[in-house]
Amino acid sequence: MATVHIPTPMREATDGAARVEIEGATVREVVERLEASFPGLGGRLVEDGQIRPGLSAFVDGANVGRRLRTKLQPESELFFVEALGGG
Amino acid sequence: MAVDTRVGQTIKHHDEEYKVIGTRPIRHDGLEKVTGEARYGSDINLPGQLHGKVLRSPHAHARIVSIDTSGAEALDGVRAVITSAAFPDPGDKLTGGGEAPGLPLKFKSANMLARGKVHYHGHAIAAVAAANPHVAAEALKLIDVEYEVLDPVLEVWDAMKPDAPVIIEDLYTAKADGTTAEEASNVAAEMLYEVGDVDAGFAEADLVVDREFTFGVVHQGYIETHNATAHWLKDGHLHVWCSSQGAFTIRQELADLLDHPITKIHVVPMEIGGGFGGKTTAYLEPLAALLSRQTGHPVKMAMDRADVLKATGPTPGGYVRVKLGVTNDGMITAGYANLAFDAGGYPGSVVGAGCRCVFAPYNMPNAKVEGFDVVVNKPKTHAYRAPGATHAEFASETVVDEICRTLDIDPVEFRLKNSAKEGDWQLAMPPYPRIGHIECMEAARDSAQWQTPLETAPGKKRGRGIASGFWFNIGFTSSVTAKLNSDGSVTLLEGSTDIGGTRTSIAMQFAETLGISVEDVDPIVADTDSVGQTDVTGGSRVTFATGLAAHNAANDMKDQIVEGLADLWDVAADSITHADGTFSANGNSATVGEAAGLLEEEGVFPIGKNTVTPTREGGAFAVHIADVEVDDETGKVEVLRYTAVQDAGVAIYPPYVEGQMQGGVVQGVGWALNEEYVYDDDGHLLNASLLDYRMPTALDVPNIETIIVEVPNPGHPYGVRGVGEVPIVPPPAAMANAIHDATGVRMSHLPMSPARVQAALAAEA
Repeated sequence: MATVHIPTPMREATDGAARVEIEGATVREVVERLEASFPGLGGRLVEDGQIRPGLSAFVDGANVGRRLRTKLQPESELFFVEALGGG
Repeated sequence: MAVDTRVGQTIKHHDEEYKVIGTRPIRHDGLEKVTGEARYGSDINLPGQLHGKVLRSPHAHARIVSIDTSGAEALDGVRAVITSAAFPDPGDKLTGGGEAPGLPLKFKSANMLARGKVHYHGHAIAAVAAANPHVAAEALKLIDVEYEVLDPVLEVWDAMKPDAPVIIEDLYTAKADGTTAEEASNVAAEMLYEVGDVDAGFAEADLVVDREFTFGVVHQGYIETHNATAHWLKDGHLHVWCSSQGAFTIRQELADLLDHPITKIHVVPMEIGGGFGGKTTAYLEPLAALLSRQTGHPVKMAMDRADVLKATGPTPGGYVRVKLGVTNDGMITAGYANLAFDAGGYPGSVVGAGCRCVFAPYNMPNAKVEGFDVVVNKPKTHAYRAPGATHAEFASETVVDEICRTLDIDPVEFRLKNSAKEGDWQLAMPPYPRIGHIECMEAARDSAQWQTPLETAPGKKRGRGIASGFWFNIGFTSSVTAKLNSDGSVTLLEGSTDIGGTRTSIAMQFAETLGISVEDVDPIVADTDSVGQTDVTGGSRVTFATGLAAHNAANDMKDQIVEGLADLWDVAADSITHADGTFSANGNSATVGEAAGLLEEEGVFPIGKNTVTPTREGGAFAVHIADVEVDDETGKVEVLRYTAVQDAGVAIYPPYVEGQMQGGVVQGVGWALNEEYVYDDDGHLLNASLLDYRMPTALDVPNIETIIVEVPNPGHPYGVRGVGEVPIVPPPAAMANAIHDATGVRMSHLPMSPARVQAALAAEA
């Protein structure tokens, strides 16, 4: 199962849990199952079928941006992080 | 053992040897830059061209009651006058690609030309196109604007008060918990990041230091002012020539703001005279485009220095509080930080990045960071080299220094003991990959400056300070198209605006991969119709990401050459080897140049191409040492000696890396000691010129000694890390720590100008 690290402000939805384990072969599947398990959480990560503008997903340390189709391994670690720019 | 760093040094933590990478060839654009042949935006002059000018608000906060443009329109030579009404209604659309996607487009549109209200002194109100710049300037005086002047709010701590004037009446705080505030305020967004148990961490501490810091607004200070020329053809094609850090970003913004098909917008990147984050968004381009559409002529516009300082995107002022807990033996147990940055007249400051950088150099299992994005009556702020990190790490590195003094622990040893390393905690992010903070700190410890006692002088207050800095670096998307010419040379098209000499560092990676000399590669910064999607030159990404695209394009070309030679030599493609630029198989061999000639006879012209969005940027650390002398009568701080150490991953072109390090230090010294927007109580900017906005010159800084540390980034085939931003992060903290060492006074505001230092010394006395 993939481990999803829940951003601090969204932990109300997970009863305070900083990490949850969810089955899923892709980022999209994990987000859908997150929403099923913790109603409202998926909606804060995804909008109109895409990761919300301004958010990026990190899978096993790789910044995969807003690519919901990114494949996950059974032991994958998934973070959702505000996207960064730069100067 | 101390080493002499009077010349640039490189300390390698790898065994890779390269033929091209790490060498110091003559830069491809050098001759045209030094002879004046290079073409900048202001060199564009088109037949029938008109000239545009912008009317700007004399008030910081006012409602626009009416705008009467009839006087200007009647002036002989005036061809068009536009106000915000010329822009399509942005509705509820969000901004597209670029650096800050997902913000309401209405704010960006209103920043182009004020819509109903002015939000800062210098806010654009109207634009004129005329036969020449003088007529356009005269026409501005004939535009009659009636204002209802409102009370301005200039600082975040005032803007966050419940009774503060609300600048945007329908701005409701996006709260950290995902809800939206019910009452409008100037706080656009709240952020919260937490790891571990911060209360338990502070309970374990033997010493807690809790300090507050404030910051003035600073500008990137690029020398070339903004300019744009637009030609809107009758068939709807829009051509734009401009000074920008990203032609594709400008194209996207034009498409969004003008509601025009992206396929009809063609942006030509000109050479750029500096950007540092301030040229990652449009200002004049949409105005020139609309004026061109209205007149049917090309329209050229350029800002003067006052326009640039008043109405582009300086980086925020604001507030940072840092609280750190440590044990008596110098182990950090917990950290708390609170950051409030001014977004300027519209939402979207760089506070989120600041929040995530504030404790980045340290392995800190318990931390909580809160951030606030606050609208004030100042220009819409923007990125400046490592945006947000300099503020944040000025605060945290000053507190670290105070802890070291209090506990009598060597500041290098403290940092080594608590340093972040591979696998350690990273706030709200995956654990660190391979990083080089420890290696940088060790190089600083061993540097000639750190190993040489500070020279004392009778009656002089001298001190030494050290500070770390971190910046993430970013990936984004880059493209390269490379054409093999029949003589074996390569024409390489890339889409990244060349700010820091990147066309050569990209060409070097291509040459290394294909096994040719870099002199045989001709790199060209191409327009938006001529190369694949390439995001903005920012986030220290170009040598990393566009370099990766060049590496991949070279491999693509190599594969095509192999395929062609396999046909020619009648061998299996996988039997052909490639080493040192020579292809060999079955007794046949050909260099790249020979292969190009052979393939030409067969009608084969390989074109290597690649578009890549890399995913493992690899963060960058820097450690700086500053020696200063403080004049206790005037408060003036002189930099006596300075060493900059930085992890570059692998330095593709060491002189450029050294140049970035030195340039970052100079800008950081300016930020530390002098640079600041000065406003009166009514919100008027009082120092909108380079005489009064004091940037350092060569006379203000010593030779800056550089040590490049190479801890390769595992996310790049040549180990590249971005280098352009992190060197601006440590200087203010290093300087503040040096000032304390010299005087015993802690400075808590940037800039540490002579008046402020003098006042602090007087207060201490």
